[in-house]
Amino acid sequence: MPRRESPLQSETPQGTLDMLVLRVLVVGPAHGHTIAHAIERGSEDVLQIEHGSLYPALHRLENRGWIASFWGTSDNNRKAKYYRLTPTGRKQLVAQTTRWAELVRAIGRILSPSTE
Amino acid sequence: MSWRRFFRRTFWDRERSEELRSYLEIETAENIERGMSPEEARRAAHIKLGNTVRIREEIHGMNTIGLLDALGRDVSFAVRGMRRRPGFALAVVLTLAIGIGANTAIFGVVHGVLIKPLPYPNADELVSVEHVAPGLNLDELRMSPSQYFTYREEGRVFQHIGLWGDGGQTITGLGDPEQARALFVTYGVLEALGVQPQLGRIFRETDTRPGGAALTPVVLTHAYWQRRFGGDRLVIGRRLTMDSRPAEVVGVMPEGFRFLDMEPAAEVISPIVLDRNTLTLDGFGFRSLARLKPGVTVAAANADIARMLPIWVGAWPVPPNTAGRQVYENWRIAPVVQPLKDDVVGGAGDMLWVLMGTMGAVWLITCANVVNLMLVRSESRRPEFAVRAALGARRGQVARESWVESLVLSLAGGALGMALAYAGLKVVVATAPLTLPRVEDISLDTRVIAFAFAVSLVSSILFGSVPALKHAAQYSRPLGGAARGASASRERQRTRNTLVVVQVALALVLLVSSGLMIRTFQALQNVQPGFAATAELQTARIWVPPQLVPDPERATRMQHEILEKIAVLPGVTAAAFASAVPMEGPLRVATQVIFVDGRSYAPGMTPPVRRMKTVSPGYFGAIGTQMIAGRDITWNDIYGHAKVAIVSENFAREVWGSPAAALGQRIREQAPSPAPVWREIVGIAEDVHEDSLDQAAPPMVYWPVMMDNFWGAPMFATRAINLVIRSERAGTVGLVSGVRTAITSVNPNMPVFLLRTMKDLYDQSVARASFALVMLGIAAVMALALGVIGIYGVIAYVVSQRSREIGIRLALGAKPAELKRMFVRQGLQLTAVGAVLGLIAAAAFARWMSSLLFGVEPLDLPTYAAVLGVLGASAALASYAPARRAATIDPFRSLTAD
Repeated sequence: MPRRESPLQSETPQGTLDMLVLRVLVVGPAHGHTIAHAIERGSEDVLQIEHGSLYPALHRLENRGWIASFWGTSDNNRKAKYYRLTPTGRKQLVAQTTRWAELVRAIGRILSPSTE
Repeated sequence: MSWRRFFRRTFWDRERSEELRSYLEIETAENIERGMSPEEARRAAHIKLGNTVRIREEIHGMNTIGLLDALGRDVSFAVRGMRRRPGFALAVVLTLAIGIGANTAIFGVVHGVLIKPLPYPNADELVSVEHVAPGLNLDELRMSPSQYFTYREEGRVFQHIGLWGDGGQTITGLGDPEQARALFVTYGVLEALGVQPQLGRIFRETDTRPGGAALTPVVLTHAYWQRRFGGDRLVIGRRLTMDSRPAEVVGVMPEGFRFLDMEPAAEVISPIVLDRNTLTLDGFGFRSLARLKPGVTVAAANADIARMLPIWVGAWPVPPNTAGRQVYENWRIAPVVQPLKDDVVGGAGDMLWVLMGTMGAVWLITCANVVNLMLVRSESRRPEFAVRAALGARRGQVARESWVESLVLSLAGGALGMALAYAGLKVVVATAPLTLPRVEDISLDTRVIAFAFAVSLVSSILFGSVPALKHAAQYSRPLGGAARGASASRERQRTRNTLVVVQVALALVLLVSSGLMIRTFQALQNVQPGFAATAELQTARIWVPPQLVPDPERATRMQHEILEKIAVLPGVTAAAFASAVPMEGPLRVATQVIFVDGRSYAPGMTPPVRRMKTVSPGYFGAIGTQMIAGRDITWNDIYGHAKVAIVSENFAREVWGSPAAALGQRIREQAPSPAPVWREIVGIAEDVHEDSLDQAAPPMVYWPVMMDNFWGAPMFATRAINLVIRSERAGTVGLVSGVRTAITSVNPNMPVFLLRTMKDLYDQSVARASFALVMLGIAAVMALALGVIGIYGVIAYVVSQRSREIGIRLALGAKPAELKRMFVRQGLQLTAVGAVLGLIAAAAFARWMSSLLFGVEPLDLPTYAAVLGVLGASAALASYAPARRAATIDPFRSLTAD
């Protein structure tokens, strides 16, 4: 079965969506809708995403055991599936954030070596 | 990718759908709060979320294993298709079940008998040890005890070697006296087999020395222990009387233990006690088995024995009355060490491989038939495939579906075939003990099941690939094929013709081989065995142990007395006895070197070994052997110690030229007795097929049952005898119990065993031929039926395809009879091509199975002619039926139809 690229993945650098999701969940459990909006708002609307593409990412993270889910009720009293960070997920977030920071620094050095 | 996820993929789909719905509701509610109208709010939410189906597909894709999913779909598609056309599926599954079932059953037998190792640890190290003596013209010379000691002490290749023999032991002191089937072994036999006793011990080396054990030790088999001792665990040390000697139970063998293929199975195991101080070179009466040291080859074992034979000839005393050691050198003894399994299986291997080949041919025919069915069906599905192709189904997908369908069909056929094989094996095991060795090792075990599975898979590839390729080929002309195109079927017709030719050829091979078996069977029926009316001959074996009746003459008189009691039983017309009756098997064969008076033998040369048996007066009359010349032995001869003998006609002709010339001549045994005693030939008896119908009648010497100075004894009596009772009531309970009473009234401690009719023995002798005949017959009938169906199918199809053409021909004035001939000719042409190929294959196959044949050449012309006749007639009939339909086609209808 050929895998189709999700739009969100194609607009955000490879693997960063996972990191963003994990980052949002650091502050506490949230459901899909909240996470999508949080990523959009947090990026000051730079990352325009089709919210649906978030769900395959959630599925993947849950399969890996980085997040766990439970059914709950949303603020406006609707049934919603909440996700929370697992200890493994937390470690992953730290690791990925570190790597990301290094990557950004490295790219920054290449793009503007004069500022060093 | 994990299996757990794979099986929970439906759950996850539901879960995520729910989640997406929840998103939509929340987003819609928020949009409404922002002041949108409900519809607008819902629309905006959908846009924001994106294509939900695609999201679900993506998640589904993460969970699934692509190929497996597609396979599942194809399987359910195939099953749906079959349920729509149950007739087709049933025909295919049944056909395959027959082909696969027949093969699996035969493989079950082949596996159990030929492939499986013998049921002993490291059975590949076990060998049988025998010799040949070309100088004596003997192709089977057994072992003498002195050879055993030599090989045991000088051998470099054996872990253990031992002698064995079988017989009976009279057991008293446990209720009724009983003759138990006994296995006699020296030290080394049970050790070589590597079987541990369940209770107690097996024999020690000292048990087999004279005076080595105070009481005769005996080991019980599990079955006998259960039957006579009720499985009592305190049986070790129990006393009983064996052959009138005190004996002690020392061990019990485990439940699964069987000694080679001994039939009937042994009940007790007794030691063979050998006194090496009295042994000479002579005494070649024992069978032998050994365990080779790890890594030693059979060839190395043969070489080692060849090395030891001169040592043996030089080391042991020459028996009395033998003209020196050079006699044994002139025998030119050579070793025959072979894997023990080969020895046990014997000649059954040839037959089983032939049957396996036959069933393989049946299987190919069934596959060809199924291909035919598949082609017919794909014909009717052509429009469907064309439409699917037009709608964008991929080429590989259609081929895969077709293959999966074949797979489902063949697995169903295989499962049903396995059930057939299970039933078939039950029948074989129930009926074949006379025919096959190692019947107890035959079972439908995992290997056999794996074989059935493999055959199913190969079948599906064989018959699945043809339609798959054909369907794929249709892609070159989508939709066009949906129209009724006559030319499109040309190539398909070629495929079919090929199939029919193959079927006819294979059917011919099977018909020829079963025809040859029928001829073999006829030839066997026509053999004059040298005895008559076997169904009216009752036999019973008794033994007068020396411990019971020490005096030889007394023992013989006791046997005589029994005989007279039996002779007056109602319905008994004649009664006699002999040391053995014909066809009792190799264990009762006795041989002697026979000297002829007046012949000079070169120094150190021995005359040939002859078969011998001892007979009572009236034996020839009772069993139905004609006296060719002279007279029978009388009781007066016996009690008067007359020096008389009878020889067979072929013996007389060989030595003296004619039966008449033999009368009055004298012969003697190569006797260990002090002085050679010449005995006069007083009668010539008809030749008797002693071994089996398909083996030549051996030259025989018949001695009286009691003689002085014979076989190393001052007075020799035949203590183990087979009664031969001619009566119309043979085999009935009445006669059998009458015989028993007659025996026990003479001596209550004399056991009777092996009560059977000569017909049992006779049937046993033709059992292998009849087993092969029945199996080949079944195969041939199936093959012929399938071949005929194939021809019929092809011609019927041609007729239906060409009905328009036929219509035109008829309309233009063709005669119906000509049309009929045209189609019949086509059917016969195919048959002829198949027959030519089949004849070549049949000639090769018949040569391969020649070891099963008797009295018929592998290229027996009448058989081939008859088979061609049958095949031609069947083919003509099979093509005539559809041809007649062609001739009755209504031109108008056929031209306007569709």
